Amino acid sequence: MSTVSESIPTPDQAQAGDTAAGVYDPNDPQGPPPQRRAMIAAAIFIGYFVVILLVAKFAPGTVGVIARGMLRESLSAQTAAVAIAIIGLNVHFGYTGLLNMGQSGFMLLGAYGFSISIWKGLPMPVGILVGFLAAFVFALILGVPTLKLRGDYLAIVTISAAEILRYVGRLAKLENFTGAAQGIPGSQYRDPFVNLSFFGDGTFDAGGWLPNLQSTGVNGWWVRFVAWLLVALCCVIVFLLARSPWGRLLRGIREDEDAIRSLGKNVFAIKMQALVIGGLFGALGGMVYILPSSMQPDAMGRNLTFFCWTALLLGGAATVFGPVIGAILFFALRVFIQGTAGAIVPDSIMNLSQTAQFAWICVGITLMLLVIFRPQGILGDKRELRFNV
Amino acid sequence: MSEATIGTPSKLADPEARRALMSGVSPEAGSSKPDPILEVDHIIRNFGGMTAVHVDHLEVQRGIITALIGPNGAGKTTFFNLITGFDRPSSAKTGAHWSFEGKKLDKTSASSVALAGMVRTFQLTKSLNRMTVMDNMMLGARGQRGENLLTAMFKGTWGAQEKEVEKKAYELLDRFKLYAKKDDYAGSLSGGQRKLLEMARALMSDPTMIMLDEPMAGVNPALTQSLLSHIQTLRDEGMTVLFVEHDMHVVRHISDWVVVMAEGRIVAEGPADTVMSNPAVIDAYLGAHHDTDLGDDSLLSDEALEEMAQEVAAEEAEREAEEKS
Repeated sequence: MSTVSESIPTPDQAQAGDTAAGVYDPNDPQGPPPQRRAMIAAAIFIGYFVVILLVAKFAPGTVGVIARGMLRESLSAQTAAVAIAIIGLNVHFGYTGLLNMGQSGFMLLGAYGFSISIWKGLPMPVGILVGFLAAFVFALILGVPTLKLRGDYLAIVTISAAEILRYVGRLAKLENFTGAAQGIPGSQYRDPFVNLSFFGDGTFDAGGWLPNLQSTGVNGWWVRFVAWLLVALCCVIVFLLARSPWGRLLRGIREDEDAIRSLGKNVFAIKMQALVIGGLFGALGGMVYILPSSMQPDAMGRNLTFFCWTALLLGGAATVFGPVIGAILFFALRVFIQGTAGAIVPDSIMNLSQTAQFAWICVGITLMLLVIFRPQGILGDKRELRFNV
Repeated sequence: MSEATIGTPSKLADPEARRALMSGVSPEAGSSKPDPILEVDHIIRNFGGMTAVHVDHLEVQRGIITALIGPNGAGKTTFFNLITGFDRPSSAKTGAHWSFEGKKLDKTSASSVALAGMVRTFQLTKSLNRMTVMDNMMLGARGQRGENLLTAMFKGTWGAQEKEVEKKAYELLDRFKLYAKKDDYAGSLSGGQRKLLEMARALMSDPTMIMLDEPMAGVNPALTQSLLSHIQTLRDEGMTVLFVEHDMHVVRHISDWVVVMAEGRIVAEGPADTVMSNPAVIDAYLGAHHDTDLGDDSLLSDEALEEMAQEVAAEEAEREAEEKS
């Protein structure tokens, strides 16, 4: 019957929005389409930085100090490094539903591979490759026994494996190799990276709008520039992967592995690919993390994993920009809480070190409140992702 | 529209041809078929001490609708899981083997069973709730280049194929009356619509045989009619259908051949209209003494009790003899 071909709109017609379902309607329970979500992300980015820049530049007294602290933290290379690690975690959890509770382990391996190689005299590209390779092997070792089991097992194995790695790195016997608990000073591995800088000497503060930092230096604009460039690159990669049929497969696995299996897909291989990709992002994050400071195993422990999770849920899992917004807001918010508590609460009740602890307590409470009241985070689609694994 | 949509009608679209084909098959458990697409031998599945499935031999004829029926707990779904690779037979190392289109499936995984062309649906529908109906459909297509990690990042390598898959998905959605829902999340569909979606998704992979696990469970009567006609259309296009069902009207209405399972074994086979009167089937569904009135006082006489005891003993002896053989 010829009516069939007429009754089916071609894909192009359908995408042009000639059906009721194709038109976006704010009252429609459909929620925001991806383009709209990207606009929201951009609006939040720009809005946040405009406000912070203005307050940091013009506000007098304590308010200005706090805003400057927030701005400094928002732009810091370590925030970018954590953002990269969270992008990796997002591939694991947000898209594939893998409960990786050891993202700091991947960071640690990337950082160790990078710093030890250069410390021992290898060129920087080799160091980067060694870092990636270590994370790749780690992902394979974790994945082979656990990915065939239920999700919880991966969580258990990753958190313990990450801790084992950290404790091995701390072993006094390995002092000549990993630097034991003191780690490796940044001066041992940083130079090849700093020497690449074309920012020149001196300092830069954009006419007082930005923090006054060295252009190159140990923790200056050069490392920040590279770190945020890498964040942008990672976002592009995740965007390209997420829109592809491969990304669709990941989301399918997150929803129901057996259904995907019944359609003839090799679920184990896809999960392994996702675990490796997210792990490589983690390793890259680890390398960036140690550039402006030193290689200390304890800096990449359980805490860092939990910060990654909090920031991911804050920004919104299964979104491209969620991890970045989450990371920036997470660190800025902590500075804000600490600064505000320090300014308002008298020292006799809460002194300086206690406000720092108080800020961490607030982080924990934030995570709880997020999971209960806004599981989709800032950018996420409520019906697409919630913390119910 | 259903008859002439996709594909050409197979020669088995004619009911007479099917009847003629199956008339030569002896209506007994494990009988051989003229052109079996699936052959199963010696599949046993134990759960602890309980034998859930014990199938010695079964052949499924190509190109017709075969119904698998049996009372609750007969092992139908377990049997489904076993032959589709979602479960492993306990007899895996002691002679269990089954083949699909001549290809051995003894040690293959669920995904390669599906790739071989045998695609199943689930009793409890597995629609991917937090994905759109369209995404659900697109996942069904086989051999997508964009599902390879190395090429996934470059749309040029898979964009054209994606368009083709989309077109196919639109056609199937239209056929299953789900086109208007294509951008909705699958979780927002009704139970019956999810059944339709799951069936449509399975069809995206162009299976040669589709296995439906209780396709009518929880579907309203109006929708049942359309589901039935979909299944018949598939058969008329040359697909082999094996389905589990409880509703006898449905079974009688569309199936060309019926396989009856009870207590893990295949107890009878035959055309739908005659298999129901097979004593083994009546036993399985109603019990051997279903026509004995337990409220009848005359049964309480010693004579009657003795008679029943003898009957039971004879049956047990028979069963033992059967097990030994």
